[in-house]
Amino acid sequence: MANNAGHEQQKKVEAERAKRQRLRSIAIAVGLGVLVVLFYAATIVHLGGNALNRPM
Amino acid sequence: MAIETQYQGIRDGAGPGVGDFIALMKPRVMSLVVFTALVGMMAAPGGLHPVLGFIALLCITVGAGASGALNMWYDADIDRHMARTAARPIPRGVVTAEEALMFGTVLSVTSVLTLGVLVNWVAGGLLALTIGFYIFIYTMWLKRRTPQNIVIGGAAGAFPPMIGWAAVTGGVSVESIVLFLIIFMWTPPHFWALALYRCRDYERVGVPMLPVVAGPDETRRQIVIYSILLIPVGISPYFIGLGGISYLVTSSVLGAVFLWLAFKVYRTREGREADRIAKQLFVFSIFYLFALFAVLLGEKIAEWLVALGAFKAIFA
Repeated sequence: MANNAGHEQQKKVEAERAKRQRLRSIAIAVGLGVLVVLFYAATIVHLGGNALNRPM
Repeated sequence: MAIETQYQGIRDGAGPGVGDFIALMKPRVMSLVVFTALVGMMAAPGGLHPVLGFIALLCITVGAGASGALNMWYDADIDRHMARTAARPIPRGVVTAEEALMFGTVLSVTSVLTLGVLVNWVAGGLLALTIGFYIFIYTMWLKRRTPQNIVIGGAAGAFPPMIGWAAVTGGVSVESIVLFLIIFMWTPPHFWALALYRCRDYERVGVPMLPVVAGPDETRRQIVIYSILLIPVGISPYFIGLGGISYLVTSSVLGAVFLWLAFKVYRTREGREADRIAKQLFVFSIFYLFALFAVLLGEKIAEWLVALGAFKAIFA
């Protein structure tokens, strides 16, 4: 019975570990995405509005 | 129960969560940093595109958080033995020191490079200087070696408004140096008030804070001296055209209260009342700094509104 309880506890910890790792990965992905957006937005600002107005 | 064993039960073996990494960044310190940087940006002459302004603020905030994480990495050994810091992620065992080091390093480098590339390199350079100063000069060198650790190391916390100013103007000026000096002169009485009622913690881990090395009476004397020096520095923005009448009144009144509390700390030396008064000064000092910068910000916003004619439209 003690073994079962220990096993259950171990399963819970593993599930929690997987959940936290997933959330950390999502946070890193969001952070990198924000960085990409910031660089894109800042590039548009630095180029100015006429960046879109050019002879093709 | 020893402080370090009180928190062992919190380790659940499931690894760090996102919240634990955010806690590494010292969010409460970050909020003061971002606010003072914002005021530096708003008070600076000229303008900055809102997108670039947002990027600058974000980089300064992340840089400050990175400094906090690196500080927690280095001080993990003493943090576990101090009541004030034993609940931090590394002493609790939820984040390893190596994870904190990697986290802090990546954020430091990213924030500095992003600020430099997207805004300007003066601001990026000042952010790099701030982080480097806080980690190498204060945390690794001065903190455990001299009771003047706070006096010199406090410069790190004083840079954010200068960085904000530099983000807009591309340089440093008398005004941004004055903003730096306000926080620089504020830091010693602020931290020594804390150290007075946390003296036992610092003594336990051998950090030479002034009350541990020179005793509480000398610390009280130094708090009064620095408070006296702080008042004119706090008022000076009015005399260089950075602050208006509201700022003059606010800084004068709050400065007088600061000094009154400093004298109260000086006179009240025994028992729980002494700790209570020291804590009162500590808490008020946070309000003092926040209020001074808030009034500067408010005056700037009011100027813009007047310039936009919004006041006329509202009150016509």
